[in-house]
Amino acid sequence: MTAGTLAAEGFRPARIALVGPPNSGKTTLFNTLTGGRQKTGNYPGVTVERKSGLLKTPGGHPVEVLDLPGSYSLRARSPDEAITRDVVLGRQARETLPDALVCVTDATNLGQHLRLLLELRQLGRPLILVLNMMDIAQKRGCQISTEALSRQLGIPVVTTVAMRKHGVRDLLGQIDALLNQAPAGDGVTAISDWVEPSPDAIRAHHREVERLLQEAVVREGAPEHLTRQLDRVLLHPVAGPLILLALLFLMFQAVFSWAEAPMDWIDGGMAGLQQWLSAHMEESLLKSLLVDGIVAGVGGVVIFLPQILILFLFILLLEDSGYMTRAAFLMDRLMSAVGLNGRAFIPLLSSFACAIPGIMAARTIAHPLDRLVTILIAPLMTCSARLPVYVLLIAAFVPATTVWGGIGLQGLVMFGLYATGIVGALAVAGVLRLTLLRGDRQPLLMELPSYKWPNPANVLLGLWERAKIFMRRIGTIILSVLVILWFLSTFPAAPEGATEPAIYYSFAGLIGRTLEPLLAPIGFNWQIAIALVPGLAAREVAVAALGTVYALSGDEGAVTEALTTTLAQSWTLATALSLLAWYVFAPQCLATLAAVRRETNSWRWATFMFVYLMALAYLAAFVTYRVALALGGG
Amino acid sequence: MDGHGGQERQLFELGRLVKAGLTQPLGLMRPGGVGRILAVQSGEGDIERGLLEMGFVEGACVEVLHHGFLGRDPLAVRINQTMTVALRRGEANAVLVGPLLDQGADTRSSTGQEARLS
Ligand SMILES: Nc1nc2c(ncn2[C@@H]2O[C@H](COP(=O)(O)OP(=O)(O)O)[C@@H](O)[C@H]2O)c(=O)[nH]1
Ligand SMILES: [Mg+2]
Repeated sequence: MTAGTLAAEGFRPARIALVGPPNSGKTTLFNTLTGGRQKTGNYPGVTVERKSGLLKTPGGHPVEVLDLPGSYSLRARSPDEAITRDVVLGRQARETLPDALVCVTDATNLGQHLRLLLELRQLGRPLILVLNMMDIAQKRGCQISTEALSRQLGIPVVTTVAMRKHGVRDLLGQIDALLNQAPAGDGVTAISDWVEPSPDAIRAHHREVERLLQEAVVREGAPEHLTRQLDRVLLHPVAGPLILLALLFLMFQAVFSWAEAPMDWIDGGMAGLQQWLSAHMEESLLKSLLVDGIVAGVGGVVIFLPQILILFLFILLLEDSGYMTRAAFLMDRLMSAVGLNGRAFIPLLSSFACAIPGIMAARTIAHPLDRLVTILIAPLMTCSARLPVYVLLIAAFVPATTVWGGIGLQGLVMFGLYATGIVGALAVAGVLRLTLLRGDRQPLLMELPSYKWPNPANVLLGLWERAKIFMRRIGTIILSVLVILWFLSTFPAAPEGATEPAIYYSFAGLIGRTLEPLLAPIGFNWQIAIALVPGLAAREVAVAALGTVYALSGDEGAVTEALTTTLAQSWTLATALSLLAWYVFAPQCLATLAAVRRETNSWRWATFMFVYLMALAYLAAFVTYRVALALGGG
Repeated sequence: MDGHGGQERQLFELGRLVKAGLTQPLGLMRPGGVGRILAVQSGEGDIERGLLEMGFVEGACVEVLHHGFLGRDPLAVRINQTMTVALRRGEANAVLVGPLLDQGADTRSSTGQEARLS
């Protein structure tokens, strides 16, 4: 049975895809159309996000709306543009050809945006043109005759303001009209005769757009002024980079200070839960699994949710306002020195929250080599999962004194760890570009959209999305790791008259003791070796594991506090520094490796990343340990 | 366009026009400079198409707004007073710009056709 007949028999809703250049308002329109009824997933094989949502038109048609990645042309240049092309042409695996296309354009930039519409029109599919951002166009005194445009193009044309419901009503009306006259699914399943436009075809489209606008534009609007003025400061050769630096500083400051209170609440909540469980359950293996394994472990991870959300809040605000591309502009030259593209700045910034969304964001980078390098160095950005380990070791070993008149030494060390990650990443990128991933310098062609006030609904939905992804990760991979870890460190039980903590005799202890000789040169004792084993799956677990090793129990906060004193007594400074250096580089996150595999479509690069990070971690820890010993840190 | 000879001839043509003082590659323009695009031509077809797709087309007006802070790279260029695009000097040099108010202003597309090299 074809998709067409299925739809005709009412088995599936009509499918409508939103297509348009970046920043034309597709996602805002999508959010307004579908509200909370969205589903985010991935296209098979790649981590390009697939966003769809269900709605019912006023005329009673059930419709599935698809938000496609932005694209200036069907001649896709990057992996996410390729998704747009493949969906529009019906070539995307497990995705039926959309029943109608809605081309979303920025009414203040029709001169550039209508060209994509002409490309889409050639496909001969049902098509609606949306002139979005009408509020801005009107404010600038621009007048466009939708009738003339509609007549010239032979398709329905509507104007919208994407975040306002009533502007979107017209669009729904047009969708209804389209579906009434041609019920979803006309039997066409793919478009096979599409060819990439040649340069001359693009030029012809430009001329056609010019002609169309001559017919349809009643009055041209005044050019945008505010963005120009703002850019004069924000892209200024001196002020620009300084403002960017200040913004980044503010962002990290916020991640640490704003998150404190909610982190305390989560901590308190988890501790309460643990106490309640301890008090109300019989002593049993199940209780041990729940209290020591799951609640303690999950609590130790959930606690980072506030930091991740704050970081994403900043990133979403910067993105929605249009500043992110300016950051990429400012960073491009610096990054191209190590063979990276300015666009890589955005994924790398996201990686400070978590490498996985960072790796996903790399899909906007057109060139495969540029993208691969960006993916491979993303885990070197200090993600929030490393924080608990950093915080623990710094609190235990770095005195809380101030240097150089008021700068806290502990904060300085923390900054040093972040900086080491960044410098390491740039160095690795430079080396990769000179060796394995040699290739031409790739062009940077990037629109700098006009500045806009971030749309609260967009930002909130974006945050909600992140929170869901994070919690899902906890519910799946982290939970299973915790259960396995609990099993490994509980069985077999300690023999009668044991002198070491129980974990010493368990499977985890066995693994740790086996690894010890390998890790001795970098100053790790068997306790660290044991903690590293579960820490390989997810970094956050390492602190909880250290707590278990040192036979401490209690909630996350209490463990951290008690550990600080225990570690300060039982480790040397050289060992602590060595572990910190290890943590800057070590690939300790299964989910990241899985994301790299999915993104590059092969285990090859995931394996490569694991090996090179492992080697770097070992080397860094070794050098740190030896240097610290030589300087008397033993 | 194919091979070395084509590229050399193209460079020669470009140099001749630049010497005449009327035209220059976009990459050489300073912030504040304005002009009209005479030709978009690159040795690599994909860059040419990329430029065309971002609005760098014969006849369009360009204004260089900003340079990056290192090596004055990349450039931020405003096209037709609406869209601002960032690009590197290397790609920008594939765009040949002439004076804004030349006689070709009225017959934009035909001027564009003639001025295209190769
Ligand atoms: N004033 C105004 N802003 C809009 C409108 N539509 C979208 N925006 C803003 O334009 C920016 C880009 O929108 P977005 O939906 O992310 O564009 P996309 O890249 O096409 O998904 C965001 O800051 C939106 O808030 C509109 O109709 N009017
Ligand atoms: Mg979007």
